Amino acid sequence: MALQIERDYQRFREIVKGKIRENLRKYMSHGEILVPRGRGVVSIPLPRIEIPHFRFDTRKMGGVGQGEGDIGTPIGVGEVEGGAAAGDQPGEHLLEVELTFEELVQMLAEELELPRIVPKGKEDIYVEKERYTGIARTGPESLRHFKRTYKEALKRQLIAGLYDFENPVVVPIREDRRYRSWKVRLVPIAKAVILYMMDVSGSMGPEQKEIVRLESFWIDLWIRHHYKRTETCYIVHDAAAKEVDRETFFRLREGGGTRISSAYKLGWEIIQERFPPDEWNIYVFQFSDGDNWDGGDTETCIKLLREHYLPNVNLFCYGQVKSAYGSGDFIYHLERHLGRAENLILSRINSKEEIYDSIKAFLGKGK
Amino acid sequence: MARWTHEQIQDVVQEVYEYVLQEGLDPLETVFEIVDYETMNELAAYGGFPKRYPHWSFGMEYEYIRQSYRYGLHRIYEMVVNNDPAYAYLLESNTLVDQKMVIAHVFAHSDFFKNNTWFSKTNRKMIDTMANHEATIQTYIERYGPEEVESFLDICLSLEDLIDFHSLFIPRKSRQKPEEVQPRPTPVKLKVPRPYLDPYINPPEFIEAQKQQHEKKRQTPPPFPIAPEKDVLLFLIEHAPLENWQKVILSIIRDESYYFAPQRATKIMNEGWATFWHSRIMTRYLLKDPEVIEYADKHSGVLAAPPHRLNPYKLGYELWKDIEERWNKGRFGPEWEACDDMRVKAQWDRKLGLGLQKIFEVRRFANDLTFIDQFLTEEFCARHKLFVYQYNRETGYYEIKDRDYQKVKQQLLLQLTNFGKPIIYVQDGNYKNRGELYLKHKHEGVDLDIPYAKETLKNIYALWKRPVHLETVIQNRRRVLTYDGGSHLEVQMA
Repeated sequence: MALQIERDYQRFREIVKGKIRENLRKYMSHGEILVPRGRGVVSIPLPRIEIPHFRFDTRKMGGVGQGEGDIGTPIGVGEVEGGAAAGDQPGEHLLEVELTFEELVQMLAEELELPRIVPKGKEDIYVEKERYTGIARTGPESLRHFKRTYKEALKRQLIAGLYDFENPVVVPIREDRRYRSWKVRLVPIAKAVILYMMDVSGSMGPEQKEIVRLESFWIDLWIRHHYKRTETCYIVHDAAAKEVDRETFFRLREGGGTRISSAYKLGWEIIQERFPPDEWNIYVFQFSDGDNWDGGDTETCIKLLREHYLPNVNLFCYGQVKSAYGSGDFIYHLERHLGRAENLILSRINSKEEIYDSIKAFLGKGK
Repeated sequence: MARWTHEQIQDVVQEVYEYVLQEGLDPLETVFEIVDYETMNELAAYGGFPKRYPHWSFGMEYEYIRQSYRYGLHRIYEMVVNNDPAYAYLLESNTLVDQKMVIAHVFAHSDFFKNNTWFSKTNRKMIDTMANHEATIQTYIERYGPEEVESFLDICLSLEDLIDFHSLFIPRKSRQKPEEVQPRPTPVKLKVPRPYLDPYINPPEFIEAQKQQHEKKRQTPPPFPIAPEKDVLLFLIEHAPLENWQKVILSIIRDESYYFAPQRATKIMNEGWATFWHSRIMTRYLLKDPEVIEYADKHSGVLAAPPHRLNPYKLGYELWKDIEERWNKGRFGPEWEACDDMRVKAQWDRKLGLGLQKIFEVRRFANDLTFIDQFLTEEFCARHKLFVYQYNRETGYYEIKDRDYQKVKQQLLLQLTNFGKPIIYVQDGNYKNRGELYLKHKHEGVDLDIPYAKETLKNIYALWKRPVHLETVIQNRRRVLTYDGGSHLEVQMA
């Protein structure tokens, strides 16, 4: 039966994507709305897109149910997210819309008007890629190619005059068996590393870290989209710096002072050791509340940036997250001394709502 | 792999059909097709029809059905289309026991379609008609562009409930507008036996007053529409300044709305009827010993009743059983009503055996509203623990509010009146003699959802192209909502 639901379904998806795009700013500032589901897919709960009707106020309508319970026993939650879209029945579930990362990136690009990243030319780096394109006479049973095997058997039976047209049965024997096999090809790749640095001194609270977490989700999504291979690296620092895993990065909270240069130094060591700049596209994102130890450390930072980072990395992004403490001076110093560097981007993030603009600033250069 | 063959299914269909006739059911000719769950979901999104006009809302419906299937919330075992012949779809993954149950279920639906009065005016060639609708709208899409047609469909669908379910049964004279120019009536004079008595019997002042009255009446235009008009869609088709293709689309939406109306008006009865008969036919004839447990499991699945949702299958089924039992045992009439000895009532059995006769009679004439009104008894309410729930603003929960029989019934009737949709009339199509449209909501205790009403008014404005008013009641005060093309207005009435 040929139905045309595909047509209506695609149109519905377009409308849904339009809705999501409309609300992208909201999704970007409230990370919990996006639920990762499986590989490369997120799901977004969306209230039913409704065609308006004359209808009763469901809150006042009430209804009839059945079962045990005294007067006053609760039977269902009234509120649904968004408030306005309470359905016909209490507890009516929302539509979950699944989007691939690919689609999400597409929206991100369109909505933020982001240019494509052009990787630094590293055409001479290849990776071996296996592709199942060949057919072999031997191989593991799990890779047996049924169609080809039966074709061989049929050929053999026809040639040998064993094929009975009245009773068309094809029985493959050992020699007929064919297997899928792979060929190895060399594929040029562009590699990228994303280096996150965060100040975890006392002045960076949970709210500041939440902002960093959300930004890093979108940054990862965007950069990964452009490279075959992407590595990430996390550095936390207070007065001293250390490399941690992703989990720790967002959880850790230390006391003590702040010495940003410690992170810069460690970062540069890591780059030199593991991600030589002539092989890797390097992205550095640093987040702090801009309160640095003022014993001349900021000068050291500027020197490190000027000499090591800026000549070697694709982008150096500094996001200054507003906190109740601290002067927030760091960004002024960077602006004054390095403001004109082409691959340095500075952004002030005062609240979750500004994540959108901050990401746009960071990724808007197509580096 | 299927655990049955197509020949087996054909045999079951034949067998069930014979039992069905034997039991007195009278189904339409019914064509069975076996489909996989994807096709079933697609068909369900289209209301059972293989072809519908293009609209994204079907795609959305499909997504809902697919997701609830995937989360195991919901599975469609069968679907029947009211058509002649009726089309029934059976799910490929059903077990043989499922198929037996479902085939019996389908025949009962088919019987209901054929014999219930409310279906008597439905188009029995709807599958063809739907395909024609699709073709028509497709040509408009080619001519006027998909966006233009889609946004017009959005507007039409927003108004699809504004029909008069009963109007199909009311023979009407021509719907022509009344004559604009009427002959001037002559004043009525009483008969005078002698001419000289005339000035006394018919005083000149009286004649003059009559003349003036006529003159005044002639100058005020007749009301338009003559009487309040519940079929708002028809009113718009006839009187809104629409292009021809727009009128055709609006008529298509209206036709489909009328086609589906009886199904919405008899949901509880119809599902209950099908469940009643599949249960009866299965247990009397079809069920083999090893199948009993599986059948019992599936049957109770059909009747599952989560507390916050009234399962129409369950309610309908229990009511049909209750009616059958009551008329078998003679538990009706003044004597039964008057009896207040519970022990006597529990033993009451006049052995009348009128059960089947009664349910066939009810199946012919009732709809959900009259069904509930006549047959939902106090005993039934108590036995099935029915209650009224209400939203509690303070806790944010829906809570059990009342178990009183009258309240339960009242609430059900409220929900079933006009399919649970507000009743809206066209009161005046030439409001204030300015060509504005004045609608009136017949308030029956529950307020409208105001944000939705405002959005809907916008859509009516888009068709009428002059200001649109809606008179309603908000928190016990009469109000008029107005949309004038630019902004909304809300005025409290004196």
